[in-house]
Amino acid sequence: MKKILILGAGTAGTMMANKLYRNLNKAVWEITIVDKDENHYYQPGFLFIPFGIYQPKDVIKPKKEFLPKGVNFLINEVEKINVESNEVFLQDGTTLFYDVLIVATGTTPVPEETEGLKDKLWYKDIFEFYTFEGSTNLAKKLENWEGGNLVINLAETIIKCPVAPLEFTFLADAYFTEKGIRDKVNITYVTPLSGAFTKPKTTALLSKLMEEKNITVVPDFYLQRVDNDRKVLVSYDEQEVPFDLLISIPVNKGDKAIQNSNMGDEDGLNFIPTDKHTLQHKKHENIFVIGDATNLPTSKAGSVAHFEAEILTENILSYINGQPLEAKFDGHANCFIETGYGKGTLIDFNYTTEPLPGKFPFAGIGPMSLLKVNRANHYGKLAFRWVYWHMLLTGKKLPVSTTMSMAGKIVEA
Amino acid sequence: METLTLAGTSVDVNAEGYLTNMDQWTPELAREMAAQVNIELTDKHFEVIHWLREKQREGVQLSIRKIGNSGLVDIKQFYALFPGGPLKISSKLAGIPKPASCI
Ligand SMILES: Cc1cc2nc3c(=O)[nH]c(=O)nc-3n(C[C@H](O)[C@H](O)[C@H](O)COP(=O)(O)OP(=O)(O)OC[C@H]3O[C@@H](n4cnc5c(N)ncnc54)[C@H](O)[C@@H]3O)c2cc1C
Repeated sequence: MKKILILGAGTAGTMMANKLYRNLNKAVWEITIVDKDENHYYQPGFLFIPFGIYQPKDVIKPKKEFLPKGVNFLINEVEKINVESNEVFLQDGTTLFYDVLIVATGTTPVPEETEGLKDKLWYKDIFEFYTFEGSTNLAKKLENWEGGNLVINLAETIIKCPVAPLEFTFLADAYFTEKGIRDKVNITYVTPLSGAFTKPKTTALLSKLMEEKNITVVPDFYLQRVDNDRKVLVSYDEQEVPFDLLISIPVNKGDKAIQNSNMGDEDGLNFIPTDKHTLQHKKHENIFVIGDATNLPTSKAGSVAHFEAEILTENILSYINGQPLEAKFDGHANCFIETGYGKGTLIDFNYTTEPLPGKFPFAGIGPMSLLKVNRANHYGKLAFRWVYWHMLLTGKKLPVSTTMSMAGKIVEA
Repeated sequence: METLTLAGTSVDVNAEGYLTNMDQWTPELAREMAAQVNIELTDKHFEVIHWLREKQREGVQLSIRKIGNSGLVDIKQFYALFPGGPLKISSKLAGIPKPASCI
């Protein structure tokens, strides 16, 4: 038997296991998937947990519910990949061989990267919401917090779901307003980017929302350290921002197994050099990388992993049949952005086209508005949870085009 | 496209003043552009500028972190050399495009 090995059974790995299982000749190919965690977390739900909108039970399900019975599922930690011998070493001493390897180990926040972040104020006055533990701890904190300087800070520019910190900020504004203490809370959004977002049209919309909601944006702030005694953020060029409650988006890194295997790129963040169109490893042709683990210049998001999975399935089939890799990923990303008070907006873009206004066609559902704040986009965001558990993970076809389409988008002259 | 005439030569720049053809770059041009933002270029500045140009040719996506890991300067020194927005300013002086953020 020939072996396909998938590392990581998160969003991307689970989709690949399902799609390949359906498409491969089972008499020839054996599929194995490894993950250190038996539970699957719906990470987009971590945004809603701090505000009591979602409960822990809404975001956790056993991983094996989403994997085909005929796929071997090992619960174990990957320690190292040996690209020369086509072997993967697991923590319990097992060695796995592969003919084709798919790396889908994602990214996680690493607060230890920044001096003073995970220190005496950690989970007391400094929180994150990118993990299950962080978001549930923050929910408890917010319940009893009486106000002061609330600071949201991105420690690095490359983070997964780059819109999540903005959404958190908008939801916090609504949460404290509804609680009747918004006048006691100063909200400051501190970012290493030059504005609320990177692409001009989206930044314009988001900056306007920030202003309307009385949120101060501090741009071009690259965090060097957190002074726990004085409760201030200090940047590399000695700017300071004081906080009472800090919501940090720590440096996001690829897994340490990638570091152990010397497979990361020059950023030192353990993201793997990957061909941005074919998703093949830049050096090893029998290794493919998908989801947050890549170093592709697009958003790290579940929607991106979904579009990539369509492309990668085709390319892996081509590869094992000795044909050229013809499917090309265009960097397509599609993100609902919660803006608070039961409203949201939607952006759709790729490597070369920034998010544009207009309409986004959803087959069977009807068009949604792009770069416009309304109720429908909020319901779209909430519906995504159902779609994620029931369609996306198991690799079902979604009513959205894999490559970005210009249909409905308005291009100004 | 606009044209910028500095150090006796004309180069093509975009609306934000970034060179559109990195081959039109010269060290003299960099010096003049730097003077306009009150930076006097030292050997260390040029080491960073040359490194940026080399990475750009290799097609590498540039970031402050990569420069911090380059062994040339740490992030603090990078800020000291190009105060304000070090990556944006150094890229402009190196004659390469404004680093695109991927999101
Ligand atoms: C707060 C928040 C909000 C978000 N909101 C959205 C949203 O609205 N829309 C959207 O599209 N995306 C959103 N995302 C992003 C989305 O969740 C991720 O982009 C997506 O899950 C990436 O899939 P992945 O498979 O690459 O990584 P993951 O789903 O993180 O999976 C990686 C898997 O690899 C396993 N693993 C890692 N290392 C090892 C190892 N050494 N050994 C064994 N197993 C290992 C992990 O246990 C994990 O199961 C959000 C993320 C967060 C944190």
